Amino acid sequence: MKTRLVLTTAILSATTLPAFAEGVLNIYNFGLYTPPDLIEKFETTYGVEVTLTEYDSNETAMAKIEAGGHGFDIVVPSASVVPIYIGKGLLLKSDPNTMENFKHVAPEWVSVEWDPDRSYTVPWVWGTTGIMVNKDVYAGDINTSAIFLDPPDELKGKINVVPSMNDVIDLAIMYVGGQPCTTDKEVLKAARDKLVAAKEHWASIDYASFEKFINEDLQASVFWSGAAMRIRAENSGFTYGFPKEGFLKWQDNVAILADAQNVRNAKLFLNFIMDPENAAMISDYTGYGNGIAGSEAFMSADLLAAPEMTIPDDAAPVARFQQTCSTEVQDLYSRIWTDLTK
Amino acid sequence: MATDAETLSIRADTRRRWVLALPAVTIITLFSILPLGVVVAYSFLTPGDYGNVKWIISFEGWFHVLFERDIFDDTVSLSDAHLTIVVRSVLLSLATTGITLVLGVPTAWFIATRPQRQRAFWLFLITIPFWTNLLVRTIAVQEMIRSDGIVNRLLLWLGLIDAPIQMMFTNFAILLGMAYVFLPLMVLPVYAAIERFDFRLAEAGYDLYASRLYCLRKVVLPQVKAGIIAGSILVFVPSLGAYVTPRIMGGGTTLMLGNLIETQFGQGRDWPLGAALSLTLTALVLVALVWYTRLTTRERRDG
Repeated sequence: MKTRLVLTTAILSATTLPAFAEGVLNIYNFGLYTPPDLIEKFETTYGVEVTLTEYDSNETAMAKIEAGGHGFDIVVPSASVVPIYIGKGLLLKSDPNTMENFKHVAPEWVSVEWDPDRSYTVPWVWGTTGIMVNKDVYAGDINTSAIFLDPPDELKGKINVVPSMNDVIDLAIMYVGGQPCTTDKEVLKAARDKLVAAKEHWASIDYASFEKFINEDLQASVFWSGAAMRIRAENSGFTYGFPKEGFLKWQDNVAILADAQNVRNAKLFLNFIMDPENAAMISDYTGYGNGIAGSEAFMSADLLAAPEMTIPDDAAPVARFQQTCSTEVQDLYSRIWTDLTK
Repeated sequence: MATDAETLSIRADTRRRWVLALPAVTIITLFSILPLGVVVAYSFLTPGDYGNVKWIISFEGWFHVLFERDIFDDTVSLSDAHLTIVVRSVLLSLATTGITLVLGVPTAWFIATRPQRQRAFWLFLITIPFWTNLLVRTIAVQEMIRSDGIVNRLLLWLGLIDAPIQMMFTNFAILLGMAYVFLPLMVLPVYAAIERFDFRLAEAGYDLYASRLYCLRKVVLPQVKAGIIAGSILVFVPSLGAYVTPRIMGGGTTLMLGNLIETQFGQGRDWPLGAALSLTLTALVLVALVWYTRLTTRERRDG
């Protein structure tokens, strides 16, 4: 069955991607993450035809890019995997820091640990990984990872956990009192035991479609702030919580691939999204902050007032910026993950 | 001299046969044997740091198919996680085969006993699901069994239940999805077998005072057995490697072999283990096929 799917996709993409044509750009981004109006604006401004392909996780994207022959020009890796991309030589050193709109990048995102002088990447959006709960079903405190690790009776059997291995294990480690990427095996063991014991109360480990929450097939999830905000817009019961035991802050970055065919258009795109007005379009669609100074002026009032966008003062100290763990720890993470998803 | 000419012509004949077989042999080599060789080779390498492989020979991939070192104290034990998944895959595939048998054989019988001209229409109905992509059909089934879906609403309206039954994301959901998807694969070969069945034999059975059940067991079944076995294999084999259905219907909490393999190439970043697991799946399929060949060849010898 899988072969048939892959084959169909291959045939489809072979017929729909004119690989070397002038005036095209092939973007490879996370699902539900690229505003259609932004793409339209880019297409009309520069006369470039954009093709968007979506992936569900950093791992999927990297596997496909490494395999080669993908035809993509632009990819959007999370900060935690950017060093791996660079180390493997998968990214083009496109020097966004010399581009016209680079001056708009907010100071805190100019020099970052994973790309010190921004010679490979441009900020896309940043957000947090926390908990989303339907308050109509459970009225208790939702600022805690206990929602999915020690679930209240009202939510049992209605909880989703996103299959984003690092997010889930990081949250569990902080819940049992450790730090993400810890090498302390006692802590890792406690985190694993907690996860495995909690699993029987979960409905799914899935990148669930928004409809499943809006229709209330699922009532709670480990989730990302912007996604939670988009669901709240459709079903006001859903509220986003910042776990007091610790939650994750992350940033995704736009980069050009080393084997890109349409480098000139890709560079135009990088410069294009650093324009405050365009960055605001990304935030309006995704529900995440963008890292471009002055973009607030163009954002919708709803977005600026959104509680998901602002980390509360009392939660700020327990926010952890997500990093890539050492390979030894990563290996332990995957084995915990197999134990959990078996 | 005559014998020389004969050998020459035989040789030319052999050569021609080889040349004619060349396209098929090339395709099988290129698209089947070589890729399989890559899988075998990868299963004996060391996993790279972030996916891919390092070219260092290692047997860890195969070791981890069945065994695991405890994450925390390095003791070796049977891999509970993998065994659970293998057992679940085999059981769910057997159950799928069973369900499609129970539903498929009477369906095939019904179609085969219609007047000749109507059969094409009934067969056509069986093939309609193939018009739609597997993914769409699977999601449609899920839509029916949602907490707020048609089935639960109907049951609530009839007053048979007080609260929606949780069907989504259960083993039941996977089984329902697979039985639905694979049912035509059972109906078609069984139909072909029943259509060939000479109903005068059954009549002769009745004439000789066989009961309906006895006639079914001793006259009909032996004739259509080959079709039933072929159908069972056609359902069982793809069920074992099913990926999309368990992924969507099971919600990711209950993995099958296909999903476990996918994890190793994605988030698990252990390609050698993934390759070894793929070959394990291939071996399971081979066992089923060998069993099938044994059954059918014995059949022919007996007949």
